[in-house]
Amino acid sequence: MEMIVDEIVAKYNYWIYVVLMMIGFYAMIGKRNLMKKLIGMNIFQTSIILFFVSTGVKKGGGIPIVDKYQALAGNVDAASIVNPLPHVLMLTAIVVGVSVTGVALAVLQRIYREYGTLEEDEILEKLQR
Amino acid sequence: MRDIHEHTAGEDLIIKTSVRLMVPFIQVFGLYVIVHGHYSPGGGFQGGVILGASFILLALAFGMKTSQEYMTVSVNAVFNNLGPAIFIGVGVLCALFGGLFLDYSALDKLIPLGPVEWRSFGIFLIEVGVGVAVMSIMVLLYWNLSSGGAMDEGL
Amino acid sequence: MKNLALLATLVTGALLLYGTKDFPAWGDPQDPASTYLSPYYIENAVEQTHVPNIVTAVLGDYRGYDTMFETVVIYCAGMAVLSVLWRKKEE
Repeated sequence: MEMIVDEIVAKYNYWIYVVLMMIGFYAMIGKRNLMKKLIGMNIFQTSIILFFVSTGVKKGGGIPIVDKYQALAGNVDAASIVNPLPHVLMLTAIVVGVSVTGVALAVLQRIYREYGTLEEDEILEKLQR
Repeated sequence: MRDIHEHTAGEDLIIKTSVRLMVPFIQVFGLYVIVHGHYSPGGGFQGGVILGASFILLALAFGMKTSQEYMTVSVNAVFNNLGPAIFIGVGVLCALFGGLFLDYSALDKLIPLGPVEWRSFGIFLIEVGVGVAVMSIMVLLYWNLSSGGAMDEGL
Repeated sequence: MKNLALLATLVTGALLLYGTKDFPAWGDPQDPASTYLSPYYIENAVEQTHVPNIVTAVLGDYRGYDTMFETVVIYCAGMAVLSVLWRKKEE
């Protein structure tokens, strides 16, 4: 029991992000309205972005913006600056998430214009007739 | 079937006055965030979203016709294509002068500033292109989604 | 249907939490995410590009291809919305 509590306290950030991921995942598969599924996808993407950025943190590290003259003189300590690579990759991921949300909202508007409803079982019924 | 309700847009006086005061400052701040991407957190994407949000704020407060006077649909179409064109244009220009694609130190043969300084200036040109692209696409997405494709009224 | 979804969510969550047992401790300077390439970027980015913001230097110079394709992605999203929703004004 002591080992489990130690594990949770040492890596509590991963546990929080897995809980957020599962909230988004349940919204994507358990709800019937199409708009709620889209919001669940957004929650899922946000939790993945936070998870990636948190894997690069170093204890006592500062943000990846260095003093120009100190760096040109050559004394930059790589263990006191947070890993900059996940920040770069997640900038791209945020923009891709915004694009996917925009296109999904446009498709939802067309579905509403065609079928008059946004509930998944009513749309399936109208498709089968 | 028109499924867009008839709104009389932009009636509230408090909203109109405060938006008219705020929009120039938001745009200057957006330009500041793009240009200071070298020295502070920021860069192309962040500044482009702030600039796009200022046009969307204008459309929310005054009605879409007023915001289309400030950025017309044809100017928006030009900016849509200008953003990726600047980016890819810089890359092709680097390749024409003997370096690899997007290798900024090869542009040293055009204007002699030094290869390391050209890398810093090349990053700045790229950020300008990205900022213009993101700004115009944000405004286009808002116009299309809130009026159902017709871009005349709505919200 | 909702009970089945809840069960699937709980099982997936438990598997993911079991998988975090193998992760290195949070904040370790020697974990594999921070040892192969990022010390090179932190130590050499400013003298090779004269840009103090390491994130902008990596995004614009060392990984310029990814930024170009990201701009193309957002352009394609704009064109997709325009093609799905375009219609003439109804007079």
